[in-house]
Amino acid sequence: MARNRETLLLLLDVGPSMHKVLPELEKVCSMLVEKKLVYHKSDQVGIILFGTEDTKNELTREVGGYEHVVVLQDTKVVDGDLVEALQQLPRGTFNGDFLDAIIVGMDILIKKFGETDKKKKRLCLITNALSPVKDPFEGTKEGQVITIAEQLVRHGMGMESIVVRERLNGSATKRIMDENDHLLNIFAKKTSAKLVYVESPTSLLGALRTRNISPVTIFRGDLELSSKMKIKVWVYKKTSEEKFPTLKKYSDKAPPTDKFATHEVKVDYEYKSVEDPGRVVPPEERIKGYRYGPQVVPIAPSEWDAVKFKPEKGIKLLGFTNASNILRHYYMKDANVFIADPGNTRAILAVSALARAMKAENKVAIVRCVWRHGQGNVIVGVLTPNVSDKDNIPDSFNFNVLPFVEDVREFQFPSFNNFPASWQPNEQQQEAADDLVKLLDLAPSGKEEVLQPEFTPNPVLQRFYHHLDLKSKHPDAAIPPLDETLKRITEPDPELFSLNKSAIDAFRRSFELKDNPKLKKSTRRILREKTSGSNMGEGYADISVQSLNSIENTSAVKIEKIGDLTPVQDFETLMSRRDGPEWIGKAIKDMKNKIFDLVEDSYEGDNYPKALECLVALRKGCILEQEPKQFNDFLRHLCKFCREKNLNSFCEFLTSKELALISKTEAIDSEVCDDEARSFLVKPDTKVE
Amino acid sequence: MDLDPDDVFRDDEDDPDNDLYLDRESTKELLVYLVDASPKMFSTTSLAGDQKDETHFHIALSSISQSLKTRIINSSYDEVAICFFNTREKKNLLDINGVFIFDVAEREFLDRPTARLIKEFDCVEERFVKEIGSQYGIVSGTRENSLYNALWVAQALLRKGSAKMADKRILLFTNEDDPFENIKGATKIDMTRTTLQRAKDAQDLGISIEILPLSWPDEKFNVSLFYADLIGLEGHPQFLVSTVEKLEDMKDQLRKRIFKKRIVKKITFSIANGLSIELNSYALIRPTLPGAITWLDSVSNRPLKTERSFICSDTGALLQEPPKRYQSYKNENITFSAEELSEIKRVTTGNLHLLGFKPLSCLKDHHNLRPSTFVFPSDEEVIGSTSIFIALHRSMLRLKRFALAFFGSSSRPQLVALIAQDEIISHGGQIEPPGMHMIYLPYSEDIRHVEEVYSYSNGATPKATDDQIMKAAALMNRIDLKDFSVFQFSNPALQRHYAVLQALALEELDIPETNDETLPDEEGMSRPAVVSALEEFKLSVYGDNDDVESELVDNGKASETSKKRKAVAENAVKECANFDWDDLADSGKLKDLTVVELKFYLTAHKLPVGGKKEALISRILTHMGK
Repeated sequence: MARNRETLLLLLDVGPSMHKVLPELEKVCSMLVEKKLVYHKSDQVGIILFGTEDTKNELTREVGGYEHVVVLQDTKVVDGDLVEALQQLPRGTFNGDFLDAIIVGMDILIKKFGETDKKKKRLCLITNALSPVKDPFEGTKEGQVITIAEQLVRHGMGMESIVVRERLNGSATKRIMDENDHLLNIFAKKTSAKLVYVESPTSLLGALRTRNISPVTIFRGDLELSSKMKIKVWVYKKTSEEKFPTLKKYSDKAPPTDKFATHEVKVDYEYKSVEDPGRVVPPEERIKGYRYGPQVVPIAPSEWDAVKFKPEKGIKLLGFTNASNILRHYYMKDANVFIADPGNTRAILAVSALARAMKAENKVAIVRCVWRHGQGNVIVGVLTPNVSDKDNIPDSFNFNVLPFVEDVREFQFPSFNNFPASWQPNEQQQEAADDLVKLLDLAPSGKEEVLQPEFTPNPVLQRFYHHLDLKSKHPDAAIPPLDETLKRITEPDPELFSLNKSAIDAFRRSFELKDNPKLKKSTRRILREKTSGSNMGEGYADISVQSLNSIENTSAVKIEKIGDLTPVQDFETLMSRRDGPEWIGKAIKDMKNKIFDLVEDSYEGDNYPKALECLVALRKGCILEQEPKQFNDFLRHLCKFCREKNLNSFCEFLTSKELALISKTEAIDSEVCDDEARSFLVKPDTKVE
Repeated sequence: MDLDPDDVFRDDEDDPDNDLYLDRESTKELLVYLVDASPKMFSTTSLAGDQKDETHFHIALSSISQSLKTRIINSSYDEVAICFFNTREKKNLLDINGVFIFDVAEREFLDRPTARLIKEFDCVEERFVKEIGSQYGIVSGTRENSLYNALWVAQALLRKGSAKMADKRILLFTNEDDPFENIKGATKIDMTRTTLQRAKDAQDLGISIEILPLSWPDEKFNVSLFYADLIGLEGHPQFLVSTVEKLEDMKDQLRKRIFKKRIVKKITFSIANGLSIELNSYALIRPTLPGAITWLDSVSNRPLKTERSFICSDTGALLQEPPKRYQSYKNENITFSAEELSEIKRVTTGNLHLLGFKPLSCLKDHHNLRPSTFVFPSDEEVIGSTSIFIALHRSMLRLKRFALAFFGSSSRPQLVALIAQDEIISHGGQIEPPGMHMIYLPYSEDIRHVEEVYSYSNGATPKATDDQIMKAAALMNRIDLKDFSVFQFSNPALQRHYAVLQALALEELDIPETNDETLPDEEGMSRPAVVSALEEFKLSVYGDNDDVESELVDNGKASETSKKRKAVAENAVKECANFDWDDLADSGKLKDLTVVELKFYLTAHKLPVGGKKEALISRILTHMGK
């Protein structure tokens, strides 16, 4: 059960320069644990933060140093608390030293497992590596890193580093950055550690592998160039769809008092004869029938075995051909990768020679594969070279399945040149299209390629695991809206589109779209959508609002409470619900509780901005709904509460943001005059006895 | 549960529920092959060179036969009728002259293709002159009009089924471009008029008429003489009548045109700021799998009805389809309703949203999950779509870029790459249609970094030297498949499957051999030039030591597992000796042993150890020869 148990230490940089991406960090790390709770329940996870104000780790106590590294959670079997801890990471105030964090992490794992325990251990470092690493007491930083790397290897610890890096900011940091990059690179080389750089929050979500699947070969054996020349290869899956988890059917028949109810549903199949529906045919009286046109041909398995196609296991080369003969859209399935037998130097050389020659000559190889003994079909596929640009990764081949004649439908389509002249774009239109294709560039030079598949998470899975966790706390939790970072995957980037607004507008102006008048109204689905967009006027802003609305409409989530994620939006939705008068009261009450929670749970004031947002929203809502007393009383109560609980900093924060009571001029029902409203927070002592 | 069809053909990840695979029954086709059997169809023109003489009639029949074979596999719910006109004999519902419907026993005129139909149709040509006979039906002096009759019969056949539920088509094979050539004066005008009216009536009933003209290289089939009016060519500029230079090309064209394009889905492609165009998507490449299995009663061979029931494990109560699903999480069962689940999956408003463009080099070979889908613009609902599409298509081709878009399908919303494909035409007609191919991209969760697992922490891995690369290149040029195309191989497993079924369906005893085209060309590989190139490459990467196996394997994983396997085998041999297998087998006591004990025998004798206990026992007995 626990054979593949893994121990993972998250080393998270929470220093000030990281604050911007911490929300994404929280999301991806908590998702990692959520997934482990589903797929790897006995894995252990620990959390180490660095760049914190405090210092809390064993090494400090034992030898001193290692400041601003906090062991937030020692390794333990994954549970809900871990998820929660990761969802609310404290914001740090110091520049963290990632090397310190690595040493602390290593120390924990060594103490826990010793040198002999072969269990899987992994460190995962997420930082922006912008702050300098301290000089060691003796030797160089480089020497220190090498020593650490050797220790990691000796103890069989894996390491993965994700560096969050936006484009340059200042030359002073540039030097530090380069040094840090150099140090991290040593790790990558020495320990087979994975090192990736990400620029956008979206790719940060995709960069951390949230589910670890140990690769299994689908074939080990010879790649036969001919009967005389063979190369030992191992074949793995390169891509494989991570499916939406298969949920079990739930039975609610068991009485609620039954604590041991499994709630499982058994599915039973019965085979009945058509003529006599009452008679169940037992398995030994059944025979498989294969369809051939309208006929069904019964064949017993033994008979079938005797005549069916039985190819021999093996991979045979059919030949090489120009890469241009294999069009990209012929690829049928998920891809595999052919790696030379890792223990066989000559195989590695042979694969490397072929791959490099194929790349140089722009050729591909056609191979016929039978992966396993007893497989009933053959696969014809194409090998393309995968030449490695890293010294320590061997060259390999990508493999893709090609179609057979039977799989191809040769439909004929009219040639574009045969279309009437009115359908052909003119020069000016073509230019507008060229501009559009050039400017809406997702892979600008010198920048990270946007939405690279390697770094793009599946938004549906993210949403599911998030919702799963919410439901575990509140069974009725509403489905969270797709969060902003994930919307960068499903919708065009407003920034990119508004930046190129002129090109887009020019493109739109160049072409005219209109409804086909011959069609009935009901079928005109496309244009309706279009006009509603264009009527709203120019510019992207409108569209983004529209698309936002449409998302909300489609998701049609009935928000019934104020969630943690988007309290302000939830509040506004609740306030505008018109299907019952009780919603306003509920919204105000919920919001008050939320604000209290935020202020109370605040660590070093990290929740204050969010609390303020909520307060502003509440204030606005109360003015609109003519409930000034609700707000004023609440604000007074909140301030009093803060002073009692030594949370004066919050009141100061509010004062600095000029939040006031609702005055009579704003809402007629208010008994507070303008002056009093404004001065309420400035002179706190008069209000609090 | 044995509900799954033979999973031999299926790899683990094939998902039959995928919405990409069309439900074929709902869009079935009713089709009449209308074949001209006039004497002209039987004439042979001696062709240049040593090409065999083939009649047009033969070509038409062989393309129909081929299409029937494909149809019975791919879309067996289609209903077809084969109808000859300009015949001596007559056989049709209306009992009119010159029209003969070919049919076999246990089948209506218009019905699903059966094994018998295919079998007998293959030999109709031999019997044709004797049993049906060819006779041109339009002669001056009589008012007979065989073309008119043929259309009428075909229309009558297609009366079956509603136009909404099915596509109705008439495919007309002829080499006569002017059917009323011999008629003069008012009669000709009258006959032309009535024939055209007949065709128009059929079209008004939702029947489409297509003509597959046959011609010789030196004489072109002139559509404008008569048939352009009959099929209503105006408004269909896309009709292709290409002059064919080779007989093979004409067969190719026929093959391609016999199948009707089926739209999988209409897609709204939103480009920017509310600008959306209309696309149709087509499945040009999809794996063809052998049909699903049906359970039969082994006594009566009648199909069985499968009933599924849900039983509550706690109470044993019978349930309706359970409305909720659950996932266990933190030791709790978290339930989801079906609406919630579909809601979670709905991350965008359906359809296709353009996100931007990338250079083609960003699309890696492993960025693939499923067969691609082809999209082609349509002006049916929104006029102007095609124009925008063509402009983008040209820009993308010229700038070597693909479009990245988000496709919000309900089953799996995902990122797709749209690659512009230029039209490729050869003698045989269109090879690649112009349009865009939608490639389904993986997410980061779907990509595995296998190569990294085998990265070498202690320095560099061996890389080939220039000399070795040169030798490899030389080898590659020797084994070059010049005109390789993916249309080259038929699936040997599928061919075998249907050959067996056809033989059994017709109760034939011997099953014809099928040819596996996917085997390497041994003859070509043994050519001296190839052999020497191979030898040189081998020498260059493997060195003098000829024995590949002799290399010592590092103390890696491989040796560990093989050691383990060896130890298991040795142990099995030892343990196996503790039993008197003959005695156990004779006394039927094998079943009293445990599976572990049975496996000792199997491992020791290097037999497969998989399967249920009964399977193990029977394997042991077979091995012992009992």
